[in-house]
Amino acid sequence: MEFSHILFLGLAALAVVAAFNVILQRNPIYSAIGLIVVLCSLAALFLTLSAQFIAAMQIIVYAGAIMVLFVFVIMLLNVRAEETRIDKQKYLKWLAAPLFLALLAEVMAVVQYVNLTPQPLPSANGAADPQGVLGTVENIANGMFINYLIPFEAASVLILMAIVGSMLLARRERKEDVERIEKALVAQQEEEQKYEEEVAA
Amino acid sequence: MLKWIVLAPLIGAIINGLFGRRFLAVFGQRATEKLVGFIACASVGVSTVLAFMVFFGQLWHKQPDADGVRRILDHLFTWLKVGSFQADFAYLLDPLSGVYILFITGVGLLIHIYATGYMHGDPGYYRFFCYLNLFMFMMLTLVLGDNLLLLFVGWEGVGLCSYLLIGYYIKWDVAGSAAKKAFVMNRIGDFGFMIATFLVFTNFHTISFVTKYINGVEVSSFLAQAAASPTVAVGTLTAIALLFFVGATGKSAQIPLFTWLPDAMAGPTPVSALIHAATMVTAGVYLVARCSPVFVKAPTAMAVVAVIGAATAIFAATIGIAQNDIKKVLAYSTVSQLGYMFLACGVGAFVAGIFHVMTHAFFKALLFLGSGSVIHGMSDEQDMRRMGGLRKYLPITYSTMFVGWLAISGFPLLSGFFSKDEILWRTWSTGSLPNNWGRALWVVAAITAVITAVYMTRLMVMTFWGGERFTGARNDHHAGAGHASSGHKDDHGHHGRPHESGWLMTMPLIILAMLSIAGGYVGVPAALGGSNQFEHFLEPAIAKVEPATATHTGAELAPVMAQAESHGAGDVAQASHEGGHDVQTERLFTGISSALALLGLAFGLVFFRRNPLWRAPKLLEDKYRVDEFYDATVVGPVENLSRDGLWKVVDVKIIDGFVNGVARLFAALAGALRYTQTGFARNYAAVILLGAIIVIGYFIVSFFGIRINI
Amino acid sequence: MVPLSWYLALSAVLFTIGVVGVLIQRNIISLFMCVELMLNAVNLSLIAFSRLHTDVTGQLFVFIVMAVAAAEAAVGLAIIIALFRSRETLNVDEADLLKL
Repeated sequence: MEFSHILFLGLAALAVVAAFNVILQRNPIYSAIGLIVVLCSLAALFLTLSAQFIAAMQIIVYAGAIMVLFVFVIMLLNVRAEETRIDKQKYLKWLAAPLFLALLAEVMAVVQYVNLTPQPLPSANGAADPQGVLGTVENIANGMFINYLIPFEAASVLILMAIVGSMLLARRERKEDVERIEKALVAQQEEEQKYEEEVAA
Repeated sequence: MLKWIVLAPLIGAIINGLFGRRFLAVFGQRATEKLVGFIACASVGVSTVLAFMVFFGQLWHKQPDADGVRRILDHLFTWLKVGSFQADFAYLLDPLSGVYILFITGVGLLIHIYATGYMHGDPGYYRFFCYLNLFMFMMLTLVLGDNLLLLFVGWEGVGLCSYLLIGYYIKWDVAGSAAKKAFVMNRIGDFGFMIATFLVFTNFHTISFVTKYINGVEVSSFLAQAAASPTVAVGTLTAIALLFFVGATGKSAQIPLFTWLPDAMAGPTPVSALIHAATMVTAGVYLVARCSPVFVKAPTAMAVVAVIGAATAIFAATIGIAQNDIKKVLAYSTVSQLGYMFLACGVGAFVAGIFHVMTHAFFKALLFLGSGSVIHGMSDEQDMRRMGGLRKYLPITYSTMFVGWLAISGFPLLSGFFSKDEILWRTWSTGSLPNNWGRALWVVAAITAVITAVYMTRLMVMTFWGGERFTGARNDHHAGAGHASSGHKDDHGHHGRPHESGWLMTMPLIILAMLSIAGGYVGVPAALGGSNQFEHFLEPAIAKVEPATATHTGAELAPVMAQAESHGAGDVAQASHEGGHDVQTERLFTGISSALALLGLAFGLVFFRRNPLWRAPKLLEDKYRVDEFYDATVVGPVENLSRDGLWKVVDVKIIDGFVNGVARLFAALAGALRYTQTGFARNYAAVILLGAIIVIGYFIVSFFGIRINI
Repeated sequence: MVPLSWYLALSAVLFTIGVVGVLIQRNIISLFMCVELMLNAVNLSLIAFSRLHTDVTGQLFVFIVMAVAAAEAAVGLAIIIALFRSRETLNVDEADLLKL
């Protein structure tokens, strides 16, 4: 049992436990914390896989921005722990475990297939990658801006859309907006009525 | 040229039918009556003139075809042509149809003129004449059609017009029911007709009465085929003949399909005269005569025709004695006389039957129109018990009906005498029925002749002679419901004495009376010194009877009385079983016929002068309860079957159940499927997950085999 | 060295946990977080394969996935906020207007 194995197993266990925490907690803040732990352990795993930049990105963007956003929203909406309300879909509780096992079994079967010819990952400074440049910033920049420029630009457009969309969606209803919408609705109804009268005549 | 004979009434019908209402709105009742009546009579008049022109101008002088028959063919267009089946729209004028169109158009014209006077004041005037013209069109199509299909078109058409005209008084329920009854009974006969047509086509491959060229092959008419050689089995021919006779039974009111004719008297009197005396009911006789080559090859069928004809004759005559409605007496008389005609056809004397058709058209139309005049003059009174002594009030009607009475009774030297005598003689001397059936049938026919004279005399006595019975009863009539005449005709305000009708109605009566007197002279048999032009003319078109015991030598003609006589020592094979023609016997029978007629007349006069209100036995008055019998055995069960079986079970439960069931099935399905749309996102996610598991599982199994090494 | 299949196995487990979380959770925001969990599991698997082939493409993929995840999180939370404003509850079962 090498150190890398132990490291992996530890991180993996942490991730899994935290993931269970995410899904089983009632209070969303606790779920958020669990998710942050998952993200951090995944970042560590990325490091073991020579994805330094991505690991940093994970912490900065995912755990640092997205999760913060989540926490902000939770606090904004003043969400408390779920009172014990009557669950309308009780059966899902019982269905969840079997489905979990089924899916797991299936995916494990695939993984086993992969394992038929066990592929150890190449070593960090091995023949394939002597300088260990796989996850470095330059390597990623090279790939991104030379080969995959278009996806990059498309992603930026996507982010722009997201910004605009989220601003619009989360806006409080202003009175003028409400009136404008209602007027538009009324006008549309009148048009429809007129059309129907025309058709009937 | 022929087509205009047929199409002229159609044009009249169309004009009156389409524009009659507008005339009424624009011109008012009186002017419309004149206009509509003129159009109707003119169109029939054109037909009449053309018919006489074609008959005497062309047919008379035409050279006979190869088989000895004079024919004129007017081909309009090929109507149906499917494979080897061809039906043309073509008109055929040969001696048989020629005789028919003469009296159809002639008598029809007289009745049209009569009707213009009779229907005066009726608001549906234009409708009446439209239907009447339509009827003429259909009847002429029937008679002039050159194949069975076109004949059937006319056949159905006259049935339709009969329905329309019987039910002319649309607000009177009885008329509507009578019209339906007539139509349905006709229909039953039509079924037999149709099956016979199918059989004809199957066996002879043609339904035409003339030779045709079908697909380049010459196909002779089925009549010629039947006459020529027995390629078709006798059984089949018998079946065809009997089925045609079933059709004729429906149309010409023989046993068992005769009950519609008395009920058809609910229609206006001109209708009764035209349709149910002179023309439509003779269509059956026309059919039998036209298909005579088939009939003569099927002796069994001939026997059936003769027996039923005779039976109907005596049956109806006995009922006629007991009726009190003047029109019903005449109706049963028509049924009885039609029985005579079929009797004639059944014993092989087709020509005699046609002769009787013609003379019967004259005197029966005369009698019906006369009775209409009586009814009109009596302000719609039809019950003879309330008449009497009308001789002085209706002189012209009386004298014309006097002639008709004598004619139908067979008074010597009038038209009816010659035709009836001919039939009686032929019945006695027939060679086509088994031994002595001819004589038995003669006895039946003779008794019927006596009864005919008796009931006609009763009619005359009760109506025209004796004391006047109508004064007291008239008030009851007007107060009571009567026979619903208040709805359909206006009283002319003549609540007082009976009055003679106008000249529009009496003129046709006079003409018909003259025809009744003189019409018989074209058919005087040679035995009595005449030349029997009628028979000569018609003969070639109609088959001859083969004698029952003939040896089928070359000339297999049963002795034709007049021909043998006029040709002197003819070369006709003397193969009939009675050993040759016997002039003496014929003259003897003529005397017997005269004696029978006079006997009946005398008895009637004496008996009914004494007690005009004699009541007949209840059975006769109830018409032997045939209608009730039919109701119980046929109509009742059919109604029950329809209502309880077909309607309640088949229609409501099965058909509606099926259709509604389909709808309910879909509604149920939708109701079940509704539960998948719950609106809860978690459900949807669960289903998606489940689906994904299944799909992945499938791929795992198919790609990797079922191996799970853990 | 850690075999590839371990990483894949871990990714599978995390993914399955995320899926089941979507079924179980009643709070919308927690639901959303489970979706993010699924995304991360996939990221792990991508990085593992990138390491296997020593190809940076996998990491670029992950990069873009993260960007998309961020955008999606923003928009999703905006929707949740709008939903909360009209409904006053974060129970996902209350949003059932599409029911027949």
